[in-house]
Amino acid sequence: MGEPATDPVLEMTGIRKVFPGVVALDGVDFRLYPGEVHALMGENGAGKSTLIKVLTGVYEIDGGDIRLGGEQVRIAGPLAAQKAGISTVYQEVNLCTNLTVAENIFIGREPRAFGKIRWGVMRKRAAELLKRLDLDLDVSAPLSTYSLAIQQMVAIARAVDISARVLILDEPTSSLDASEVEQLFRVMRRLKDDGVAILFVSHFLDQIYEISDRLTVLRNGQLIGEYRTAELPQVQLVEKMIGKELATLESLEDKAQRSRTRSATAAPILQAKGIGRTGAIAPFDLTIHEGEVVGLAGLLGSGRTELARLLFGADKADQGELSIDGKPVTLRDPQMAMKRGIAFSSENRRTEGIIGDLSVRENIILALQAARGWTRPIPRRKQDEIVDKYVKALSIRPADPERPVRNLSGGNQQKVLLARWLITEPRLLIIDEPTRGIDVGAKAEIQKLVAELSDGGMAVLFVSAELEEVLRLSHKIAVLRDRRLVEELDNTAGVDADRIMQTIASGATS
Amino acid sequence: MTVMSPQPVTTDPAINPRRRVYRPNTKYIPILATLALLLVMYLGGLVNYENFDQPSVVVNLFRDNAVLLAVAVGMTFVILTGGIDLSVGAVISLTTTLTATLLQGGWPPLLVLPLVLILGALLGAGMGAVIHYFRVEPFIATLAGLFLARGLALFINQESIPIRDELWTTLSDMRIPLGETTKTTLTAIVALVAVLIAAAVLAWTRFGRNVYAIGGSADSALLMGLPVARTRIAVYTISGFCAALGGVLYTINSTSGHALQGTGTELDAIASCVIGGVLLTGGAGYVFGSLLGVMVFGLITTIINFQGDLNAAWTRIVVGVLLFGFIVLQRLVTRRTR
Repeated sequence: MGEPATDPVLEMTGIRKVFPGVVALDGVDFRLYPGEVHALMGENGAGKSTLIKVLTGVYEIDGGDIRLGGEQVRIAGPLAAQKAGISTVYQEVNLCTNLTVAENIFIGREPRAFGKIRWGVMRKRAAELLKRLDLDLDVSAPLSTYSLAIQQMVAIARAVDISARVLILDEPTSSLDASEVEQLFRVMRRLKDDGVAILFVSHFLDQIYEISDRLTVLRNGQLIGEYRTAELPQVQLVEKMIGKELATLESLEDKAQRSRTRSATAAPILQAKGIGRTGAIAPFDLTIHEGEVVGLAGLLGSGRTELARLLFGADKADQGELSIDGKPVTLRDPQMAMKRGIAFSSENRRTEGIIGDLSVRENIILALQAARGWTRPIPRRKQDEIVDKYVKALSIRPADPERPVRNLSGGNQQKVLLARWLITEPRLLIIDEPTRGIDVGAKAEIQKLVAELSDGGMAVLFVSAELEEVLRLSHKIAVLRDRRLVEELDNTAGVDADRIMQTIASGATS
Repeated sequence: MTVMSPQPVTTDPAINPRRRVYRPNTKYIPILATLALLLVMYLGGLVNYENFDQPSVVVNLFRDNAVLLAVAVGMTFVILTGGIDLSVGAVISLTTTLTATLLQGGWPPLLVLPLVLILGALLGAGMGAVIHYFRVEPFIATLAGLFLARGLALFINQESIPIRDELWTTLSDMRIPLGETTKTTLTAIVALVAVLIAAAVLAWTRFGRNVYAIGGSADSALLMGLPVARTRIAVYTISGFCAALGGVLYTINSTSGHALQGTGTELDAIASCVIGGVLLTGGAGYVFGSLLGVMVFGLITTIINFQGDLNAAWTRIVVGVLLFGFIVLQRLVTRRTR
């Protein structure tokens, strides 16, 4: 475990933060050196977010000591953090998309003469700043005209221009595609060369290994260790993060292997013939059998979600035929799909699925109640019974059904969402990116659950950006490219990530 | 930070396919549409009616709508932050009643004038504070303000109160010459000056830009360290002030005060802003748009007057149709930019 020659720009020692009933951080040390990318690793609930919120002044610490450039500091709020030289860029871009690029960088700090904003100077400076980050943008265009990735880089430009010492990037890559991630990394390397200390949080291990110099692992609010990324093999890292052997993942591997051969004789549940929607997805054929896991692979924006939405009736197909159990149907809205036993768990759990202010119980019961209709309320005792069962089965933590879902971690929110659909006992479950933005342990649990459901006879349409995951779970893989279903593969021995990558890259139909 | 070698790489469209869906004048479409509508209406008037070509037709638009214009200026600030102010009509009535009563009671006019303006601003500030600190919906908070102000006005006097104060009558009779033949009132000039000041503030000051930022995303504005509380309270203060100014302009125009004056003006002001392209969800629009919206309003009335055989209710009907049209237009424009 080596250390750079310089002194750390940020040194946190013995940080303690207690919430009612939980010790979120228990004597955590963290050091950040100038000119390094330092990954903060840990499962959901490990204390990553809390540590970042301490650094950004959202939370006050209950113990410990923070030093910036050798001096002890107290970070009283987000503004104080900014003044002290700590800037944060979150997964959700916190900029105003209605304003221009230049304004977003300079708002609140506009160059002025006699109280009047000097627009010309501001645009010029913005362009210079972006050029230094290798970005060539029209700074007087509204931010909304640029992609999320560019918006994020504008946020970074703003952050480093305000204070260039410590930059916190909290899951910046979650919604970016591969080339956008590359672009972001280029910007990060530039900043690193300039001596900026970057704290990087990501759930993608590959990215961690590509960009970070060192990493710190937290587990259950405690410091596990600080390592040089290059000296810590991935498997060991994962072990340190989840604190148990990879037994879950491996046993899952077996299970999926076994069940891959199973669906040959099963009856088809859903058959799509030439279904398509102009502008969303080209016409495609797809058959899903009982107990079959069909994986949808493809890049971001390749039409994965669009395809899933058609099968659920969330968008209306403008051509083709769909039959469920051999009977042709036209799905005009999601309710029709739900009546026929199709459930859809959205990729956007924050905005489309989870209702943060309602409790775990209320969130879980929602879909079942909707299916029954409001005239037949589910008795409270029955509710508690069902909810208890699923909270246990999916090991939702904390196991308190009355807690507002807002307070749960991302992985647990995802499980709540799954539970909601599972209690309606669907025959076809469509899950869109269930494992995005959640930690390794929760990921494994959700994958295991999917495998179990399929063993139990439920058909699953599994949409995921992670090929590994698709490969591990699916019997059949449909590969999408540029809003077109280009290939359908049986997940047999010869099929691996490379094979699918090739299809995605070349679009060949063989 | 040391200077890095400039090597722009994003020009390669393959790297970033979603770049540049931007049409340079998307944000001007609503205001241009209003301008076009205004021109069409004016040309229609020219073709159909005699004497429509008199400059006074245009000049009188400002005279007759000075009150609405002043109120619309304040409303523009509020709507730009994504809020709404329903209290402005009631603040007008309170201002006119109070002004008339105090002047009747022999208070010095130079004291009454600032007093009522400050009162309007304070009312606005109070509502702004409630909206921001107690997280009350602007609709509800200003609805409460509406009842409060209107109630106070009715409590003071339910009748029309004449104003005989010398300053007021002088101001009322004052005519400012524009060229050889046309003249306009002081009130029209005051309202126009308000528009110009507002436009400058919105375009060139930090406060103005903060207004747009909050309308775009209040959460982001807060995280970017912008003074959200101060700005939000300020826009309601401005709206209250503008409403009080509108009330004063009314008392000057009519040399009287009446507690039922200004009923429904808040809706006219909101409609003017929307017709002028100010986005109701906040963050987009210009005070000049609201000016155009007020002119559309005025021109409809003018045309109905010229026509002579049309009921005044047609103003409302036409405004209703236009509102629908412009709201749909806004939808289409914003959808395209997303």
